[in-house]
Amino acid sequence: MSPAAPWPLAGSLRPPRAMPRRPSGTVLLVVSPCVLAATMITSLAVGPTGISLDALPAVLWAMAGGTVDAEVATERLVLVDLRLPRTLIGLFVGASLALAGAMMQGMFRNPLADPGLIGVSAGAALAAISTIALSDTVLSFWPAIFGIHALPVAAFLGGLATTFLLVLVANRSGGLMIGTLLLAGIAFGALANAGSGLLAYLSNGRELRDLTLWSLGSLSGANWDKVTAVVPFALLLAVFTPAMVRALNGLLLGEAEAFHLGIHVERAKRILVTLTAAAVGAAVAVAGVIGFVGIVVPHFARLLTGPDHRFVLPASALFGGVIVLAADVIARIIVQPAELPIGIVMAGIGAPVFLHLVLRRGV
Amino acid sequence: MQKDSKPSTGPSERIGCAGFAILAVVGCAHCAGNAQRADGIIAIGGDITEIVYELGAGDRIRAVDTTSVFPPEALESKPNVGYMRQLSPEGVLSVGARHVLASEGAGPPETVAALQASSLDYVVIPDDPSPEGIAEKVRAVAAALGEEAKGEELAARVSTRLERLAHARSRIEGPPVRVLFVLAVRNGRAIVGGEGTSAEAVIELAGGVNAVTGVVDYRPLGDEALVALAPDAILTMRRRGGSSHTLEELDSLAGIRSTPAARHGRMYTMDGQRLLGFGPRTPDAAAELMDLLYGPGQ
Repeated sequence: MSPAAPWPLAGSLRPPRAMPRRPSGTVLLVVSPCVLAATMITSLAVGPTGISLDALPAVLWAMAGGTVDAEVATERLVLVDLRLPRTLIGLFVGASLALAGAMMQGMFRNPLADPGLIGVSAGAALAAISTIALSDTVLSFWPAIFGIHALPVAAFLGGLATTFLLVLVANRSGGLMIGTLLLAGIAFGALANAGSGLLAYLSNGRELRDLTLWSLGSLSGANWDKVTAVVPFALLLAVFTPAMVRALNGLLLGEAEAFHLGIHVERAKRILVTLTAAAVGAAVAVAGVIGFVGIVVPHFARLLTGPDHRFVLPASALFGGVIVLAADVIARIIVQPAELPIGIVMAGIGAPVFLHLVLRRGV
Repeated sequence: MQKDSKPSTGPSERIGCAGFAILAVVGCAHCAGNAQRADGIIAIGGDITEIVYELGAGDRIRAVDTTSVFPPEALESKPNVGYMRQLSPEGVLSVGARHVLASEGAGPPETVAALQASSLDYVVIPDDPSPEGIAEKVRAVAAALGEEAKGEELAARVSTRLERLAHARSRIEGPPVRVLFVLAVRNGRAIVGGEGTSAEAVIELAGGVNAVTGVVDYRPLGDEALVALAPDAILTMRRRGGSSHTLEELDSLAGIRSTPAARHGRMYTMDGQRLLGFGPRTPDAAAELMDLLYGPGQ
């Protein structure tokens, strides 16, 4: 069994030596839901139309069967059919990508394990792009079976297949070889991107444009269909993730140590792989490939809470939701009535903050 | 808020006044923007903006998209809702216009669905890069504007010019010129206009034939493939506002240098939107291209 990789950043997975003024996990778990709630309310209240929450009573009255005029109809469309699903999708995407990152880093005991870096997102995107590009021909049965869930299920399976292959490759010689894992992940990512590129090259006109735009990542296509499509995945994560806390904490010590603690390591890894694939697949299916959250947010959470997964997992989910929603609010108002790609905003704000935290901690 | 602007002495008061004034102006502008103008329209697609201006309804446009480069005043004086394939539903709603005239290429599909479900009058304008397509487009825009008479007039004008063009085409002697259209040069590869593109359609209008066969849509081609095409002439486009170095970039490609077109110096540049937009300016653009290919006076 290989010990944790002796890389500088690997320290962030172990108890930090001296973390100045670290707030206790409990305090954080009280404060951050408040921050999340505030971000969600902002996301509902802010947008280029200038419609705000003061229109809510009239909209609710109209939905309850009251009188509807054109103005209320527009307010209802903006608040209930555009911003609410967008907020929920943003929350889901941010939380699930951050959770996936936290679980992967814990499972592989490597700070650089990120669904984006090791090809899981690319695999999910390839599967989703295949369903779009081939749904008229080879894969016509797929949408017929799964309906609105066709895209998320395909992306989930794509992510699952990639993660499974990764574990298979990295596990060849008994223990999980971290170096092999990262390099194989990069190779898988490149292969999946090549596949996506090939499909984009082969498909023509309208189709091609949808594919390229879709792979950029955006929340602006959020609607209730997409919310309905991710609900099963959100439930799956909410139910099974808390059960993995003990296994992840045990794995921090190493696989052998976890085994001696009475943790069924192989089963835990299988569940973690499935959960990660579900989280990444569903997020990619509704919002395209959004980077940065999966790798940075879990580290951010660890810097604030320490390495205990009882706190790292919920804090990652909360911060992930907050950062994606906040970035989206800025993306939609800064160049209104047009919109900025969310990735630019997220990296533009998040990267300096993260750098500041890393430097202050003095790893 | 008017009574706040009484003469005042202290600098802080003056700043306060200025602040109020700015707020008032911004507020009013905001209200004006939100009021749904009964005749206000949002034009999405460069060809559609062109037609709306041509029909004399330019002042009814409340916002345009980034492809609306002609006439230049459209993008200079109107709010911009972004690239036509990346529209944000709330962004379009925020303009406060009643009608949206959108090219059928507008997207993404989710945004179009949301806008069609809204109280806006969302009209899809067909976009068929053919001579008949222009008249169809003009009539569709005119109908949406309630300017059917002007639309018929413009469609007739376009048809007349297209007929004149067809006549000129019939008098061309000798074999047709084989034209290669290059959209841009990226990573040392020329992106060429294949079958079914508007570039091919306008080349055919000008009496030429597309040198690219067996390739659909706009695709990158390598040097060897360019040599094999052996075009008689090469056509590139420049984007309005941006200087185009496509010709110089093309010259640096080994595959281009050995073509008959480059050897005989038959490499031309035309304005992109005018050349490919398939709007009212298309007959003139095709006529200009015909002059370039066959010499003036055809």
